[in-house]
Amino acid sequence: MNKISTAFQNGKAFIPFLTCGDPDLETTENCIRAMVEAGADLIELGIPFSDPTAEGPVIQEANLRALTGGVTTDKVFDFVRKLRRDVTAPLVFMTYANVVFSYGAERFIGTCGELGVDGLILPDLPFEEKGEFADVCRRHGVALISMIAPTSENRVARIAREAEGFIYLVSSLGVTGVRSEIKTDLASIVKVIREKTDLPVAVGFGISTPDQAKKMASLSDGAIVGSAIVKLLAQYGKDAPAVVGAYVKEMKAAVREA
Amino acid sequence: MAGRFGIHGGQYIPETLMNAVLELEEAYERYKNDPEFDRELTALLNDYAGRPSRLYFAEKMTEDLGGAKIYLKREDLNHTGAHKINNVLGQALLAKKMGKTRLIAETGAGQHGVATATAAALFGMECVVFMGEEDTKRQALNVYRMRLLGAQVVPVTTGTATLKDAVSEAMREWTRRIADTHYCLGSVMGPHPFPTIVRDFQAVISKEIKEQLQEKEGRLPDAILACVGGGSNAIGSFYHFINDPTVRLIGCEAAGRGVDTFETAATIATGKLGIFHGMKSYFCQDEFGQIAPVYSISAGLDYPGVGPEHAWLHDTGRAEYVPVTDDEAVNAFEYLARTEGIIPAIESAHAVAHAMKLAPTMGRDKLLVITVSGRGDKDCAAIARYRGEDLHE
Repeated sequence: MNKISTAFQNGKAFIPFLTCGDPDLETTENCIRAMVEAGADLIELGIPFSDPTAEGPVIQEANLRALTGGVTTDKVFDFVRKLRRDVTAPLVFMTYANVVFSYGAERFIGTCGELGVDGLILPDLPFEEKGEFADVCRRHGVALISMIAPTSENRVARIAREAEGFIYLVSSLGVTGVRSEIKTDLASIVKVIREKTDLPVAVGFGISTPDQAKKMASLSDGAIVGSAIVKLLAQYGKDAPAVVGAYVKEMKAAVREA
Repeated sequence: MAGRFGIHGGQYIPETLMNAVLELEEAYERYKNDPEFDRELTALLNDYAGRPSRLYFAEKMTEDLGGAKIYLKREDLNHTGAHKINNVLGQALLAKKMGKTRLIAETGAGQHGVATATAAALFGMECVVFMGEEDTKRQALNVYRMRLLGAQVVPVTTGTATLKDAVSEAMREWTRRIADTHYCLGSVMGPHPFPTIVRDFQAVISKEIKEQLQEKEGRLPDAILACVGGGSNAIGSFYHFINDPTVRLIGCEAAGRGVDTFETAATIATGKLGIFHGMKSYFCQDEFGQIAPVYSISAGLDYPGVGPEHAWLHDTGRAEYVPVTDDEAVNAFEYLARTEGIIPAIESAHAVAHAMKLAPTMGRDKLLVITVSGRGDKDCAAIARYRGEDLHE
């Protein structure tokens, strides 16, 4: 059984995101430990890409900081290998198709399986194109996470039927980044998803406050938060782990109430 | 599979945009063979853009180079000064039929941005153009032209602040606002159906070359040369000759300071297979798939990828791709001005430069066509600076 399902067994899940190597891998490690300690159920680890077209300015800058700091795919793998000696929380990678493709899908996904990375999120790999990665993922026990958006409409059922791990439901139009308000009728999308799959659904994009997280988690099985955490990293740098831990604790408490 | 050219192409985009590109594909399939759409577009191309563009026998250049007979396909004479208008009028008309009221676009040299702003003015649509901040400086005159036409120009400061970043930002804007907005992509790149739509709208170039040369020479050309960034004027110039194997199709890439340096944008010469900006194709990138910061004197060719159909024509050997340096392009820019009294866009000068090498190696009975994709007025200040003159617009 893929470990991702365990992330949804402590009530509603809280899923934080951060970019590996922002500003350095030591800080990333300290943040991950602080987030696990604070109750994070699943951790989404970004492998930086030079041109992240689905990201808003906050995560774009994190990618740039990490790449400027010299992080590479090989260094991220070495980092996770070390981390996995004692950190057992479910982990998924979030990166762009070219990072996987250029490394070689077999070699990249095989390494994920070997390191105990439980899933892979590729925002520029829609349903139509997943074939060349999906088979390799299945063979190595890595869930290729499907995204569903407010514009998916007639595509929701088809995507949900073939989904693995969990469903990443995009809260609203646009790229990643903090939003003051999320108005999409997510309940009706979740309803269609539930008819097609038993997999958990987590909502991401635009969530930053405990109230938003609680609301999104009440409509689904969990909330994903990226930009709000990455902002803390931009602000506090090497001192971010304690602040990030406190933030995750507050957010986990909020989704628990959902 | 939908929108593939061999292994290249595809639709590598966020789920948020998938229904938008599927809707576009459906609309295009509906209108592309619709006689009324064709009639409206042809009227716009002829009466507004000034088509057909001339096929001009460059007699002095031919004599001077002493080889093949050289013809220039004068896309520079189109309204707005480049081939970009062909595609933009097609897409704007399609967007109007789809009920869209707002056009967004990326631009490098500014020619596609100007063309989009022009069509938006004509159709009474809102227009936002994304342009790398670096390029807004290199092409300040075009920024003013777009604003004059009523468009909003957004300088993009991320990444290398050039064409690739303008494409990324236009894609991001499209995910924010889809319902009333059409992304008027300027080259034969991006997710399917863009490479096919843009090619079809630019194919008028090769259709005309074929007819015009038949009339003047009674036969097919021996070689066609065009510059390649994303590759829209090149694919437009090649398209109706792909099934004529005697016609050499030659794409001229921007080598910048040379393909053995890091300051190059010659994708086919130096790139490798990858996935970016919605398509599988060749890209300049490092060993971990990070997109390389490319360079060319030409803002319009300063792009780290190439359209998927070109990647396929390269794979099959049907077309040849050659690198042309900044120096060679600037020499050709000046050469065409002095020899024929025609100032080409610095992009088009890359094709002229290769023709200057190729023509003398061909017999006097051979026919060579160069597509002059745009006019060079926009480049005069930058070329003057390249030559050490302190000229500012």
